Amino acid sequence: MTIHQLSIFIENKSGTLLRVLNILKEANIQLVASTISDTVEYGIYRIICSDPMEACKTLEKAGISANISDVFALTLDNKPGRAADAISILRQAGINISYLYSFLLGDKGILVFRTDNPDLTRETILLNRLHYIDEEQLDGLISK
Amino acid sequence: MYLHKELETLSRSEIKQLQLERLKQTVNHCMNSPFYKKRFEEYGLKPSDIQSLEDLKKIPFTTKEDLRNNYPFGMSAISLDECIRIHSSSGTTGTPVAVLHSKRDIDQWAEAVARCLYMVGLRKSDVFQNSSGYGMFTGGLGFQYGAERLGMLTVPAAAGNTKRQIKFIKDFHTTAIHAIPSYATRLFEVMQEMGVDPRKDTDLHTLIIGAEPHSEEQRKRIEEMLGVKAYNSFGMSEMCGPGVAFECPEQNGLHIWEDYYIVEIVNPDTLEPAADGEVGELVLTTINREAMPLLRYRTRDLTRILPGDCPCGRHHLRLDRMKGRSDDMIILKGVNIFPIQIEQVLMNFKELGNNYLITLFTTDTNDEMDVEVELSQLFTDDYARLQSLTKEISHQLKDEILLTPHVKLVPKGSLPQSEGKAVRVKDLRKHY
Repeated sequence: MTIHQLSIFIENKSGTLLRVLNILKEANIQLVASTISDTVEYGIYRIICSDPMEACKTLEKAGISANISDVFALTLDNKPGRAADAISILRQAGINISYLYSFLLGDKGILVFRTDNPDLTRETILLNRLHYIDEEQLDGLISK
Repeated sequence: MYLHKELETLSRSEIKQLQLERLKQTVNHCMNSPFYKKRFEEYGLKPSDIQSLEDLKKIPFTTKEDLRNNYPFGMSAISLDECIRIHSSSGTTGTPVAVLHSKRDIDQWAEAVARCLYMVGLRKSDVFQNSSGYGMFTGGLGFQYGAERLGMLTVPAAAGNTKRQIKFIKDFHTTAIHAIPSYATRLFEVMQEMGVDPRKDTDLHTLIIGAEPHSEEQRKRIEEMLGVKAYNSFGMSEMCGPGVAFECPEQNGLHIWEDYYIVEIVNPDTLEPAADGEVGELVLTTINREAMPLLRYRTRDLTRILPGDCPCGRHHLRLDRMKGRSDDMIILKGVNIFPIQIEQVLMNFKELGNNYLITLFTTDTNDEMDVEVELSQLFTDDYARLQSLTKEISHQLKDEILLTPHVKLVPKGSLPQSEGKAVRVKDLRKHY
C-alpha cells in the first residue's frame, strides 16, 4: 500500500546536491518529486523517482549514503480542499504526520507522507476508502 | 620575597650538591617500588651505580605507558597504608593513571605551591579564589592546600557558574584567582555583561594561569582586560600537581624547583640530551617524593631552558613557555585528552564509519572541540533518530573526556584522506 522513497544523506556544503543529481542523471533516473529543507549541518534529501532501487544502488556505489523507505501516497483530485479533507480523516483517527509533501502526476495530485503509526494509517485508508497508489502503479504512471 | 629563603637562593653548585644527595636517597628508596626494582634488575643496575649526576643517564626512562601498565599501585614505593591520597587522570575506556601521595608528599606539595604563590607577592592578607576543577584534578586541592599554607582566605569556588564566581569576587574581596587562561577571558566577558569593571569594582590584582599552553600575547591581553598581573604556572599530576614550576615577578620564564626535581631536556626522537637552549622534551626525576617517586619521567611537554641569571636572585633553572607536546595529547580547557579516547567511544557506534576528525578552534570566548564522524550508512529516514544518535555520541564522549564536544555527522568519504597515518586532530587555536 506504499511507495518507495529514496532518502539521501547530504552534507550542507556547496556542490553536494548537484553531485547527487548528476549521478542520478547519469543513471537515467527520472525525478518526479523531491524535497530538502533548511536544516543546518546535514539534510535528508527525499526523492520520488523512477526505479528507486536502482537509484539507491547507484548512489551507494558512488559512496553516497542512501536508503529506501516506505511512504504512503494518496491520490487526490486536483481540486481545492482535497488535501484538507484527507488530512482531516487521518487526524480524526489519531494519526500524526511526521513529514509530508505533494506533487502533480498527470491530472492527479499525489500526497506523500510518513506517519507515526503505519498500521493504523493502513487501516484508516482502507476503512475510509481513500485512494492511494502503490509502487507498481507509480512506476506505471511515471513511465507513461 | 622568598618563602624558603635558603632553598630558593641556593647557588648552582649548592643545587647540584643537594640534588646528588637526594638522588641517591631516591634511587635507594625506589628499590621498594616493585616497578623500579624489576626495572633495575632487568638493566643490571644497582643503586650504588649512581654516584654522580651524570650517572642519572644510566637509568632508563619512565613513560606514561609504564604508569598505565602498573595501574593502580604497581609504582608505589611505600605500603598502601602509608598513602593518604590518590589523584587519577580522566577516562573510563583505556587505562587511567593513578598517582599516590603520602602525608609527607601532600605536605611538601603544599610547601611548593605556597612557595610559588609567595614568590609572586601573595600574602596572608590576600583572598584567594580557586576557579579550577576540584576532585581528582590536582589544580583544585593543589592550590587549595598551598594557599591555606600561606594563611590566605581561600574561596574554593571550583569551575563554572561564572556569575556566582563574580559575585564572590566582589563580595569576598578576592585579590587573587587561579584559573585556566581561557576561563580568565570568560570571566571578563561576563563581568562586562554584568556591568562590573574589574579595575574599579573588584580588588583583583593577581591571576595565576596554567594547565594549558598559552602565548605571551594571550597573557598580556588577560592582564589588560582584568587589570591584574598574570603569572604562568606549570605542573603535572605525575609530579604532584601544580607547583612544579612558576613564574617569578620578572615574568620571563618559569623557575622549576630543583630541590624537588632534576631537569633534563632531550630530543624526543633520539632521546639524547638536547643542546643548550634548544627545545626538547622535558624529562623530570623527582627527588622529594615518597609514595611514588619517578626516575627520568618523559613528560612529553616540549620546552627549553632559558639561559642566564634571573634578576630575582633565584638560580633554579628557568623553563620557557610550553611549546607543545611530543605525543598526540590535546589540552582543552585545562583538561588532558588523547584522541584514542574519542576513537574508542566512536567505535562503539555501529552506525558510524572509521573516519573522524577532531578540530580545535577558538570562538570569541572559548576554546571548543568539533568531532566530525562519518555515517557509515543511512540507517534511518528520520531526522529525529539522526539527532538523537548525535546526542548519544556527544553524551558518551562527555562521560569519557569530561568535556562536551560538538558532534557532526558527515557523509562517507568527505573527511580529508591522507596517504600515511590518518590525521585525526586539526588544531586551529592560536596559542603559540
